[in-house]
Amino acid sequence: MDQPSPSSPIKLHHDLQAIWDTKPGWGRLSAVNHTVLGKRFIIAAFVFFAIGGVLAMLIRAQLATPRSAFVGPDIYNQLFTMHGTVMMFLFAIPMFEGFAIYLLPKMLGARDMAFPRLTAYGFWCYVFGGSILIAALLLGVAPDSGWFMYTPLSSSTYSPGINADIWLLGITFVEISALSAAIEITVSILKLRAPGMSIDRLPIMAWYLLVTALMMLFGFPPLILGSILLELERAFDLPFFDPVRGGDSLLWQHLFWLFGHPEVYIIFLPAAGAISMMIPTFARHPLVGYRAIIAAIIAVGFLSFGLWVHHMFAIGIPHLALAFFSAASGLVAIPTGLQIFAWIATLASGRPRFDVPMLYLAGFFVIFVIGGLTGVMLAMVPFNLQAHDTHFVVAHLHYVLVGGFVFPMLAAAYYWLPHITGRVSDHKLSVPAFWLIFGGFNMTFFLMHLTGLLGMPRRIASYPPEAKWEWLNLLSSVGSFLMAIGFALFVVDIILQVRFGKAFRRNPWGARSLEWATPTPPPAYAFASLPRVQSRADWLDPEDHAVKLAAGRGYLGFARYGWMETLGVGMIEGEPDQVIVLPKPTILPLWTGLATGAIVLCLLFKAYWLALLPLAITVTLLLSWTRTTGAQSDLGPLPIGHGQSAAVHWEAERPPSWWAMVFTLGADATFFASLLFGCVFLALIAPAWPPPVVVSPSYGLLALAALLMIAAAIYGRLALRDLARTRSPSAWLGLCALSHAGVCAVVAAVIASDIPDPTLHAHHATLFAILGYAFLHSGVGCILALYGVQRQRHGKLSALRSLDLRIGSLWHDYAAVAGVVALLAVVALCWSVGGRP
Amino acid sequence: MVLLLSACAGDLSALDAAGPNARNVANLWWIMVAGSAAIFVLVGAILCLSFTQPGRHWLSARWLIVGGGLVMPSAVIAALVATSFALGERLLVHAEQAPVRIEATARQWQWEFRYPGSDGALSFNELHIPAGRPVDFTVTSGDVIHSFWIPRLGGKIDAIPGHTNTIRLLAEKPGHYGGICAEFCGEGHAVMRFAVEAHEPQRFTEIVDPLNASGAGQQ
Repeated sequence: MDQPSPSSPIKLHHDLQAIWDTKPGWGRLSAVNHTVLGKRFIIAAFVFFAIGGVLAMLIRAQLATPRSAFVGPDIYNQLFTMHGTVMMFLFAIPMFEGFAIYLLPKMLGARDMAFPRLTAYGFWCYVFGGSILIAALLLGVAPDSGWFMYTPLSSSTYSPGINADIWLLGITFVEISALSAAIEITVSILKLRAPGMSIDRLPIMAWYLLVTALMMLFGFPPLILGSILLELERAFDLPFFDPVRGGDSLLWQHLFWLFGHPEVYIIFLPAAGAISMMIPTFARHPLVGYRAIIAAIIAVGFLSFGLWVHHMFAIGIPHLALAFFSAASGLVAIPTGLQIFAWIATLASGRPRFDVPMLYLAGFFVIFVIGGLTGVMLAMVPFNLQAHDTHFVVAHLHYVLVGGFVFPMLAAAYYWLPHITGRVSDHKLSVPAFWLIFGGFNMTFFLMHLTGLLGMPRRIASYPPEAKWEWLNLLSSVGSFLMAIGFALFVVDIILQVRFGKAFRRNPWGARSLEWATPTPPPAYAFASLPRVQSRADWLDPEDHAVKLAAGRGYLGFARYGWMETLGVGMIEGEPDQVIVLPKPTILPLWTGLATGAIVLCLLFKAYWLALLPLAITVTLLLSWTRTTGAQSDLGPLPIGHGQSAAVHWEAERPPSWWAMVFTLGADATFFASLLFGCVFLALIAPAWPPPVVVSPSYGLLALAALLMIAAAIYGRLALRDLARTRSPSAWLGLCALSHAGVCAVVAAVIASDIPDPTLHAHHATLFAILGYAFLHSGVGCILALYGVQRQRHGKLSALRSLDLRIGSLWHDYAAVAGVVALLAVVALCWSVGGRP
Repeated sequence: MVLLLSACAGDLSALDAAGPNARNVANLWWIMVAGSAAIFVLVGAILCLSFTQPGRHWLSARWLIVGGGLVMPSAVIAALVATSFALGERLLVHAEQAPVRIEATARQWQWEFRYPGSDGALSFNELHIPAGRPVDFTVTSGDVIHSFWIPRLGGKIDAIPGHTNTIRLLAEKPGHYGGICAEFCGEGHAVMRFAVEAHEPQRFTEIVDPLNASGAGQQ
């Protein structure tokens, strides 16, 4: 196959545009492009930020005076629950995802993210899930048990309404979006880069986002598990958290904070990544301590999973154990301090100049350092026991999150807005907006430290005048309204700049990273051809690259077969190993998102059998995404320019989708580990054990299930072996599907015979959950095996095109290992309460 | 300073300590405030200098990252963790006198206190304790999670259904102190307060155990 001949830059631009552009009108609903979706994520997140901000102002209006009659406690509880929920789940996470989706491919020298349709599906899940929550707020049935949803307050006995279900289901829906973004970001950074960009040449932001995405993969599963267990308790009375029947409210706290603390760093790290990109530009010096910062980010990633208990110092844990978590919490200040001093050192080593983004970064330094210092205070157990659950903590967390996320994001907005719009800013409104936000913020929250130490607990709707908190609260409220005016001014400023800013040629800040080598505003394909990177990718010459790339003198500088192509590289050394053909714009993600939303709505209104219909539709739609991928004949290596060639991704050894399955299984394994932790925790710690009736499992059936699980994995591998020998794998795949179906039947029989009433005690409920996990995995395995048969029938498989079966085989292997562990866990849990044969 | 101290007064002020537990924490707080202010000024000054006088040798990258990013936080945190661990241990033991045991049960939205003694006296939203003598509170909940907190005496402990937690507090002088639920517990969270009366020991015995009061002196 010949390399298409080079063409003029203008013709190349038109050719690529014809392939990559999203259609106008209704075609916008089929957008899968990262530039389009990145912007949509950012705008949607900002809308939710505004909603969360209005909620905050209502809270401050209520607390401005003692014995306020502005709203009653029922409404107030909804206000603060939704404020926290919206800001955490609907603003901070999606906002950073939007930035990452928009910027990452351009910083890495790729044309798009690895899974554009997944980006779109994630966006729709996010918007629909968020809309459910906001609709509930408008209807007055919003969640009201706090954003942390502690049981038993959030269980059906004390929150009988739909409110808590809206939180559990709506947030889980939004988390589909977060997890898919995490997988996509991880794989995109590891595989979709410019040739020559080895792992030690990544722009620093990519390191930050890589660690963040990995933290999401391991941080979100505990919360998703907790939400599912709590919803199972609320809907079907399975007593995971009911202390009378062997459950424990502390299990919820562990699962929640196992997610909740990493969440704080998941929010901070991307912002720190943006800071690490902006500071070198304004210092006019490469980032100092690049390797030290990478070590610090990784250290933060690990440490953040070891300090969740500092949210739970008052639950009655032995003092020595508290000391361990206290030390770990203090320890995290070291890698954070290291980053701050690396930024200062970068400024000190260069020739710094001041501009609007730097003004906002100065605000970040002041606020975040104070937040860090109060954080160290709170890590100290005796002090924590006084300050915990008071307004001191409210002050601290706003210093950390607003300082560590909002201010850097405001700086980033001013810094990258010229890239999005192609227009430079003028400074008329950005400076007064800064002083209003900065001054208002400190007035609101600095005083709040004292309010807390004067004994004002969090989440109280009113307070008596004799408590001596009235002046502090009034000043905080005034400050919050100043801050709100500042944000309004910021919005006006952004609109004015988008509308009236002066056009410029390229790179107004003199930045040294690849995203400034695209035309601005960027075309859908980002780069007309892909660069070869010879130095660290946050200190190269974008102007030089820009000219060469637009002329098509890089890699893939042509339009071939109407394909949307980008390059995949080896993870470590960054040399091209495949041509990744990306999917065209399609409306399927929207339909799939709608179908997923229908499942959520069915569950919300307790139409459980009806939910099976949208579930079937969702699965069918997801499978139909692959109809257009792959090919019916082998292509062999394709030329990619510069005399090199590479296999198309479905013929490559380790394409992005294979890695995506690996990381998905990693998250899945974390979910399973959390479930096993929960089961052991309940058996050891919870009150009301041992159970009145101990399950004695049917060992014969369990052994049969284990054999079938292992058989399914072996059949999956035999199918792969036969395909490699150019024989049809269909028979093995059929046996694989049958084995999985057999597992489902046997496990269902075990549940029916041994656990007739899972509501009896947590012992029964936990066994039910573990067996349910095994059941679901074999169910999915069955579908994947049948899907392989289908792909074979459509001629999409060959010895070279075995990707579908290799991905399936990963699943079958995991299902066998996890399934056998699950069955052993069932036996062990029964024995532990005296259920020996 | 006087203004500051008077601003710190209040029924529920953790800074207006009335017992050793709260006093130690308040002292720790003032030490940490002073240290934090110093660190804040130092970091701020270095940041300003990095802008106004870049390129100076004493602002070298290695010095900043190793000194500011590693050595300073490590030293501060090691000292703080050790101090507060020692402090926490002292809060736990320290009992020359046998402590009085009072059971506190939280319910939406009321505190129930059960006293030792022959008739198991009860009180609601009103807690009587002896002054000058340690009190062990065994805290639990009858429904959702609450948190037992008397800010002027010391830190808080959660009231969790199915679990019983213990906290030891001591009021140095007779007097009136405020108590409040610190964990969000539903619509009545804001009004779930209780009044703490610390009495002379003799008076305490009369109140909670009138039958044995006459014989209290002979024990």
